[in-house]
Amino acid sequence: MPAVEPPSFPGMPRTVLVTGIAGNLGRALAKLLHGEARVVGIDRRPFPGRPKDVDHHEVDVRKARVEEAFRRGKVEALIHMGIVHDPRVPRSEAHSFNVIGTHRILDLCVRHGVRKAVVLSSANVYGPRPDNSNFLPEETPLMAAERFSEMRDLIEVDMYAQSFMWRHPEIETVILRPVNIVGPTVRNAPSNYLRLERPLTVLGFDPMVQPIHEQDVCRALVLALRPGLRGVFNVTGPGEVPLSTALRELGRRPIPVPHPLLRPLVRRAFAARLSSFPPEEVDHIQYLCVVDGSRFAKEAGWAPAFSLRETIRSVG
Amino acid sequence: MADVSGSILERLRAWTLELGGPGARERLERIVPPRNEYGVDPYGLDLEFAIAAVAPLLWLYRNWFRVRLHGLENVPGEGRVVLVSNHSGQLPFDAAMIGVALLVEKDPPRVARALVEKWVPTLPFVSTFMARCGQIVGTPENCRRLLSADEAILVFPEGVRGLNKPFSERYQLQRFGTGFLRLALESGAPVVPVGVVGAEEQAPALLDVKPLARLLGFPAFPITPTLLPFPLPSRYQIRFGEPLRFEGSPDDEDAVLEGKVAEVERAVKSLLDRGLAERTSIYL
Repeated sequence: MPAVEPPSFPGMPRTVLVTGIAGNLGRALAKLLHGEARVVGIDRRPFPGRPKDVDHHEVDVRKARVEEAFRRGKVEALIHMGIVHDPRVPRSEAHSFNVIGTHRILDLCVRHGVRKAVVLSSANVYGPRPDNSNFLPEETPLMAAERFSEMRDLIEVDMYAQSFMWRHPEIETVILRPVNIVGPTVRNAPSNYLRLERPLTVLGFDPMVQPIHEQDVCRALVLALRPGLRGVFNVTGPGEVPLSTALRELGRRPIPVPHPLLRPLVRRAFAARLSSFPPEEVDHIQYLCVVDGSRFAKEAGWAPAFSLRETIRSVG
Repeated sequence: MADVSGSILERLRAWTLELGGPGARERLERIVPPRNEYGVDPYGLDLEFAIAAVAPLLWLYRNWFRVRLHGLENVPGEGRVVLVSNHSGQLPFDAAMIGVALLVEKDPPRVARALVEKWVPTLPFVSTFMARCGQIVGTPENCRRLLSADEAILVFPEGVRGLNKPFSERYQLQRFGTGFLRLALESGAPVVPVGVVGAEEQAPALLDVKPLARLLGFPAFPITPTLLPFPLPSRYQIRFGEPLRFEGSPDDEDAVLEGKVAEVERAVKSLLDRGLAERTSIYL
């Protein structure tokens, strides 16, 4: 495994506010960033084992008290990753937290003269579709909600951040859309799927998938803080492989199921709380959602640290 | 399971090299597509798999369709190129035979990327097979990317209108779309016209059961003499015409482009006419 160093560049913001810092990815980011800048965390969850120099505010991002985090020291940059993805959280609650939370935190950035706002979106906003081009550029319509309504929050957050970018040219806004985040600590759908000893696959389908290591995503978030960088960027990892190859690399024994049977099966299992995968996730193992990451590579000098094999194996 | 399929693939690869004739191994080994540590390119092309998958098609090429090639030297050995062919025969064996010809007969070999219909990725097995053989969905974005990477793309501007037309309309070109020409103008790629004679007779469509096609979500549901999706042994001729180069803006209006498209259409038509005139026997 490569030793993960944060990207370095002149003009690193002195104080960075991170929402969602107590999540698995947030904690990894805090570890990477706290040596480079003063880190202020916001999360409604506690942050056990946080580095001593991280200032953590245990508060819901929608509450007025959040402003304290801005008042206690000049915040120069925001990394907004406090988005709820859990399909078990009630829809209205998740929607309010994600959308209102994003509005609120970006408004506070304007009021407190923050220079840089980095919003963590996802390449899943495009959605896996049979007629997708092989490499989707950033201009592709965000169609994920057409088949998977749970994606609406994420799309709304992404679009709001885009309109914010245009309305506030004084703030350098960066929207990152990383591909499937995998790693030893993250507990998202792609990582959980790859951890299954006997994963279900769609009989006769084997789409290309793009994984990125959680540490690489953290490095990309730090890189996005570089002065002068703004815009919407896909963030790709070390490449793309057929899903079956990734499963073989991990020594899994997949169970192929014909797709007319698979969806009802996954739906029932989800409803009965036997699995954490909503039926719409089947699209991700059936169709293509592969993005073109060349813009971030070119404009920000992005390159992942982990190889494809290291990235796949990192789920354990 | 993996071992069994591994040994089958190994045997198929050996078969491809045997059918490919002298020098096939050396020629095929010279193709080096950009691939990662797992042997696939970013589009999902797995050359080892493709060489194995070619074996049964190559057998059809040699013994079933007994393909005769003309003008293979008109396909540039390297660099971006748009191959434009007529389309027929209910199932796209014409695309497969053009692909086999360029892979096995051309020296150095070329991997032609055929652009498939948007419903193909919804088909089990077919979608995976196509992807591993380097065939991808024909979106303009995909074509642009491939041409700018100096690849060869194979286009059927008639689409399913050509593929699934009734037997009574054989060798009558259906209306050509203009998309391929815009892409050629944009990328500065030459257009090589291709005429395939013989595919029309492999599966004469006696009638097209449209309601059934709609029900199944297929573009057509043709009734053919074999009833099965297996072609009759018609003799194929594949003719490659001289490369055509076009000047102009890809953003010209359709009326301007249609003149240029008509030129390509005439080139394909004349290849077909020559092939039909020289044909002595359809099946024997």
